[in-house]
Amino acid sequence: MRRVNKNERVRIALALNGRKLAAAAEPRTLLSDFIRQNLGSTGTHVGCEHGICGACTVLIDGVAARSCLTLAVQAEGREVKTVESLAAPDGTLNPLQAAFRANHALQCGFCTPGILMSFTDYLARNPHPSSAEIREVLSGHLCRCTGYAGIVKAVEEVASSAPAKAGKGDHASEAKHGGRGV
Amino acid sequence: MKPRPFDYVRPDTAEEAVALLADYGDEARILAGGQSLIPMLNLRLIDPAVLIDISRIAGLDVIADRGNFIEIGAAVTQNALMGWPDLKLKLPLLAAALPFVGHFQTRNKGTVCGSVAHADPSSEIPLTLAVCGGAVVLRGKRGERVLAADAFQQDMLTTAREPDELIAAVRFPVIEGKGVAFDEVARRHGDFAIIAVAAIADGRGEVTLGVGGMAGRPMLRSIVGDAAGAIAVWAGELEGYEDLHASAALRRDLLRNLGPRVVAEAIRCAA
Ligand code: FES
Ligand code: FES
Repeated sequence: MRRVNKNERVRIALALNGRKLAAAAEPRTLLSDFIRQNLGSTGTHVGCEHGICGACTVLIDGVAARSCLTLAVQAEGREVKTVESLAAPDGTLNPLQAAFRANHALQCGFCTPGILMSFTDYLARNPHPSSAEIREVLSGHLCRCTGYAGIVKAVEEVASSAPAKAGKGDHASEAKHGGRGV
Repeated sequence: MKPRPFDYVRPDTAEEAVALLADYGDEARILAGGQSLIPMLNLRLIDPAVLIDISRIAGLDVIADRGNFIEIGAAVTQNALMGWPDLKLKLPLLAAALPFVGHFQTRNKGTVCGSVAHADPSSEIPLTLAVCGGAVVLRGKRGERVLAADAFQQDMLTTAREPDELIAAVRFPVIEGKGVAFDEVARRHGDFAIIAVAAIADGRGEVTLGVGGMAGRPMLRSIVGDAAGAIAVWAGELEGYEDLHASAALRRDLLRNLGPRVVAEAIRCAA
């Protein structure tokens, strides 16, 4: 049983973008703050800190989640991936990032790290989403600049160039339940 | 927008979690997915002394088919349930409701039981549980008890759970050979609903209709015959309430409009 008392700063270890890292934090430290302030990776952005805007979305064990709604200590021992993991070491953008650039899917870029991580997870599960499914995933993010059309276009472009029918398939039909029941 | 300090405990078994609850009682909050709890902590709306994190307890992460009902453990996330292959076949109403719950990103963490525990009056999972006639499994040091959904959720954010009890699972009855429908009105997709409506038609002319967002908890009505008339009367009786998002009159209006459509859809599906 893991126990940390309030105001106690304990060592929290996790893998960030493939590197095993650790830093001291209190139980109340949010994962978003831990990544940015304690571990120094500022690619992840923080907008609202209550789960609404999606800017802080990261992958925790491969699953897209709000880092502002996760305590750092909850991510202990987990594999955390942020926007910094996407480009190649030489800075070459990955296909999703390149499509964002090509389709004007960002302006100020504040919302972009979270949106990229959401679609990194979603496209791995459902590599050929419909435009409705893309919009459904995008509804978990707020962008004050683009009007979203460029983002949808960018994701569509990546989806259409993905190899036919791969993916884990576990949630591939997720957004298809939409609307009324059977 | 940062939580106040609290102790954090991560038990390895449900027994340890129950023992901790017995020690701390209402000083403690259970943390599972955190999608309702952590916003409240960040906004400092609540101030628990200790958080008991049950998200890594292996035995609570189970969806069990028990024949007449499906038992969903306390650590099962909403997206894990959406990915459960038998969902549409056995729990069609839940299959229809889940896409309305938050967003893809929050469903990845948010749990089914957590939504029931939070007991927001307009939230989709408690409404579905009530309309299906489901139940909540509560585990405390004194043993286990099973409460009908109707007895569990008492009012806005208020349930019959004792401070030393863990919601170990929820039970959704298997629905077969019936028609179901679910719909809601929200300002934006993924927001809490202003009004959410769920219906089960038995195929012999009777429909169980449930509404969230009209009272402190989901309300149920059995409808036979003229649905529009019956729902109009019901909307008047329920009155509704006013908050930031809608007036009571708008809620009544939405129920009068959405209710008959959802009932008709359920009847169509049953046929
Ligand atoms: S900062 Fe986490 S959702 Fe807005
Ligand atoms: S690009 Fe500015 S908020 Fe989205």
